[in-house]
Amino acid sequence: MAETLLMKGNEALAKAAISAGCDGYFGYPITPQSEILEYMSRELPGAGGVMIQAESELAAINMVFGAAGAGGRVMTSSSSPGISLMQEGLSYIASAELPCLVVNVNRGGPGLGTIQPAQGDYFQATKGGGHGDYHLIVLAPSSVQEMADFAYLAFDLADKYRNPVMILADGALGQMMEKVTFPDYDPKQHKQPKPWATTGKTPERMRNIITSLHIEPEKMEMINRKLQDKYRRIEAEEVRWETIQTDDADILLVAYGLTARIARKVLDMARDSGQRVGLLRPISLYPFPYKPLAQLAEQLDLILTVEMNAGQMVEDVRLAAEGRVPVEFYGRSGGVIPSPEEILAHLESLRNDVPVRGAPKTTQMEPVEP
Amino acid sequence: MTRPHTEPQIQIDSPANQDYELVYKRPDTLVDIPMHYCPGCGHSVVHRVLMEVVEELGIQSETVGVAPVGCSVFAYDYLDIDMQEAAHGRATAVATGIKRMLPDKYVFTYQGDGDLAAIGTAETIHTANRGENILIIFINNGIYGMTGGQMAPTTILGAPTTTSPKGRDVAIHGNPLKIADLLAILPGTIYVTRQSVHKPGTVRKLKKALIKSLELQQQKKGLCFIEVVSNCPSGWKMTPVEANQWMEENMFPEYPLGDIKSPSSQDEQ
Repeated sequence: MAETLLMKGNEALAKAAISAGCDGYFGYPITPQSEILEYMSRELPGAGGVMIQAESELAAINMVFGAAGAGGRVMTSSSSPGISLMQEGLSYIASAELPCLVVNVNRGGPGLGTIQPAQGDYFQATKGGGHGDYHLIVLAPSSVQEMADFAYLAFDLADKYRNPVMILADGALGQMMEKVTFPDYDPKQHKQPKPWATTGKTPERMRNIITSLHIEPEKMEMINRKLQDKYRRIEAEEVRWETIQTDDADILLVAYGLTARIARKVLDMARDSGQRVGLLRPISLYPFPYKPLAQLAEQLDLILTVEMNAGQMVEDVRLAAEGRVPVEFYGRSGGVIPSPEEILAHLESLRNDVPVRGAPKTTQMEPVEP
Repeated sequence: MTRPHTEPQIQIDSPANQDYELVYKRPDTLVDIPMHYCPGCGHSVVHRVLMEVVEELGIQSETVGVAPVGCSVFAYDYLDIDMQEAAHGRATAVATGIKRMLPDKYVFTYQGDGDLAAIGTAETIHTANRGENILIIFINNGIYGMTGGQMAPTTILGAPTTTSPKGRDVAIHGNPLKIADLLAILPGTIYVTRQSVHKPGTVRKLKKALIKSLELQQQKKGLCFIEVVSNCPSGWKMTPVEANQWMEENMFPEYPLGDIKSPSSQDEQ
């Protein structure tokens, strides 16, 4: 039966992962995601799963590799510096087409950075991150409810496409408490048979080999083509986004995750003063909602992308807009969360400069405030 | 390089051979294709002995292996069992993931000295310290063979390699790492032994060690570690015979053969 609780984002995600049938969790402590590790330590063994606190994120992601290859529904979680350490493993996992869930509770970087929330890992998450041509499916929750919801979705997408799925949250979503409802979900109805897994070669079949090594260039290119075909299928079928009050909008805010919640407040404030502002929130960051954005671009005078970084998703927004409308950027980085007021002030300063529709438009980067 | 699955070319029980008693055959669990290993290399012997054991114990469908990065990176081409290929150094982490999902299967890693004792040292030690019920087969030939003969963590003092051209110098490179001795002090290991495959007698001893390890794994007694001190004729720039002789004279004093830790020796203590 569905259950409603008040929970931290990290714990809601962990609870959802367990009820999604997580067979194994492998992780390493790092702020601000350690509650996932701790919750799993408390709850997963009792639910029939395996929990290991690994000696490093390197070990954790490679335990995920082995366990996923053995047919388990498995996951890890970390925060930015730890996710950087996992990039090698993720490249191998993507190449070997192993389904798994990786959670990044993003904190401010680069380097050791800060433990405060940030969105500086957008490029790393959506463009590959490790070596070679590959993609993770990337889901960006914007509430504690979505931290939970996306755990189920991520496991199902991972199995469906035999692809690693990342939930890209941030320190605030991980730490804050909200009401969250857990759905009825029967893992048995969702778990896929995995005849490719290394469960022991029976006389009925050839041996199963899980590898990312194909030394002949032609074979490796074939593997790459197969991966790319899969990514095109994912791009066709798994784009997720939300629009708010875009029907009459001539200014569009684009923001994901925590920043989308702040942008929603900006929208309300702007609407109160009679400005026709809408919001597009990408939910899947890969695949990115290029088409819905491109369609909206036709009616807009201005797009303002808001991120907690120095300007990363804005590049995808520009690709979607294809010069049809000016795309501006506002961001705070290093763990600073922008206020609705400062975003609105920036929006109003831009509005004065917006060219008349039909006139040549230019796009310029706004420097991030110190 | 294509490595198709092919049937054996010689039928051992063909009518022409019926007059002879069968004293040896290639194990059916070893894929019958040419191996890529250099002439005289110990890898192919260890592969064969391992697969003999898997066949004789009847555990082909119960065994999952992990191949490393190194000369034995293609081990899964030859071993007719389910296998995973790990990133460099991460074999024991991958094996941990497999074993924890499939606790009743036999799980082993097959690793070289660079993989296990340099880039993968942390994974090796922590896997042993957790007492994972797996078998680590460690081929120690004191050199990076696949990348062309660079110094390994186990290269003995004075031995020249392409990255220690004047010989390993303790002041510059440090001492050879005796990883088996390190692992033996951990309570998580149950059996740590050092073997070789350069003579029929030592091959038989390795086989016994493999059987013992798999029995201990079945009993969930802890981690078993078999080091095979081996050669690298190509990397050492010697003929196979010279390499084996050099190994006996120079490697064995540094890495003496025999059990370092075994359940029986523990009982005696």
